[in-house]
Amino acid sequence: MSAAHDVDVTVNGRAYRRRVEPRLLLHDFLRHELGLTGTHAGCEHGVCGACTITLDGDSVRACLTFAVQADGARIETVEGLGTPEALSPLQEAFREFHALQCGFCTPGMLMTCVDLIRKYPLASDAEIREGLSGNLCRCTGYEHIVRAVRAAVARQRETTP
Amino acid sequence: MKPAAFDYARPGSLEEVVSILAGAGGDAKVLAGGQSLVPLLNFRMLRPAILVDINRVPGLSALEADGTGLRVGALTRHHTLETSRLVRARFPVLATAMAHVAHLAIRNRGTAGGSLSHADPAAELPMLALLLDAEIHTRSPAGSGRHAAGGFFLGPLVSALAEDEVVTEIVLPGLPPGTGWGFEEFAQRSGDFAIAAAAATVTLEGGRIAQARLALTGVDETPIRLAAVEADLVGARPGEALARAAAEHARTAVNPNSDLKASAEYRRRLVAALVARVLASAWARAGGGAPAPDGAAERDGAAERDGAAEPDREGSP
Repeated sequence: MSAAHDVDVTVNGRAYRRRVEPRLLLHDFLRHELGLTGTHAGCEHGVCGACTITLDGDSVRACLTFAVQADGARIETVEGLGTPEALSPLQEAFREFHALQCGFCTPGMLMTCVDLIRKYPLASDAEIREGLSGNLCRCTGYEHIVRAVRAAVARQRETTP
Repeated sequence: MKPAAFDYARPGSLEEVVSILAGAGGDAKVLAGGQSLVPLLNFRMLRPAILVDINRVPGLSALEADGTGLRVGALTRHHTLETSRLVRARFPVLATAMAHVAHLAIRNRGTAGGSLSHADPAAELPMLALLLDAEIHTRSPAGSGRHAAGGFFLGPLVSALAEDEVVTEIVLPGLPPGTGWGFEEFAQRSGDFAIAAAAATVTLEGGRIAQARLALTGVDETPIRLAAVEADLVGARPGEALARAAAEHARTAVNPNSDLKASAEYRRRLVAALVARVLASAWARAGGGAPAPDGAAERDGAAERDGAAEPDREGSP
């Protein structure tokens, strides 16, 4: 048994402190310690992208990050985007363009796109496809997701001076 | 999949890092970006007693140019290398290659020092280090050390690093004037490891090749340089016939394995095609020969759109 460590994190604007084993992966920390089950556990070796969150503003695989490493960090998860009554613009585009079916990959897709649109606000179709290429979806065939992200990019350009 | 239990240390200095490594007698692993290490832990292919997290050691994230070349701190992330104006200006071949490393979320975390230490035989950065004659600076309890990239990669996932040694910085010597470059990768899907990739730099003087460097990854137990092919290029005038001859030479010089993704013969043919393309790109960019056959430089346009002044330093000190 290895020594436990205190972890202080801010998730979606709210501060949490927990004491964790070093081997606890960040998605398990979010799900089991904080009850934020929107972040999904898929392959748990960095391939599928379902657990993607942002850590200090950058998209990362929560399954390739230990909770102890996040001490002092600012995390965003899908729970921080919108609510069922007030979807975020990206979520609204996903709804409108049918960019999800079973929804398992959706939290990771959304958090990947949050970072993609922040870093590449002028993203071309090729850049959107490249940006989505690290997230697996077994339902949609991706085409509807590309359309949703394209619309979100276009709307952001209209509303950004 | 969950890793086996381990102890965790987050030292604040290099002295502490190497002292913990030395004290662990080979049962410690350095945790930088974790993008290759953590999957191995999750699969329990590795079960170290302790992880030494170097992410908060100051001084390992510098990215700066001086008279001798570019100094890349070990904690520099792949995404920084891909997008840095300094890297794009001085080593566009490196920035271009980094766009082929996995995906944005991986490039946000993965580090230069980690990629070299991990020594994956199909990874991009080890090939670039070899191509660009990088010098890999390290620290161990005995003090500072240096490795030439040429002797650093010993086998699949095996480097010349001692158990108590950690990479601190990668130094890339500046390219001479009149140097062009090429990079080509073939993978089954965007972000996959290369089935084969090639990179070249060619320096022209008076219309003839004064220096040529050619490196491959994905076709041997480590990334490789093709010294015999390079030697044959020196003194020649660039052209299609020369590219064809070099490609054929490269095809017979490599000895790749067959695996689920590709047979050895398929990889040899890939090597020939990729070598011809990277050489054509390299000497076109150096100012001689026909232009590259395809849009190898297309990603560069996006970075140039925003055209701000180029700083000499990036990253945190």
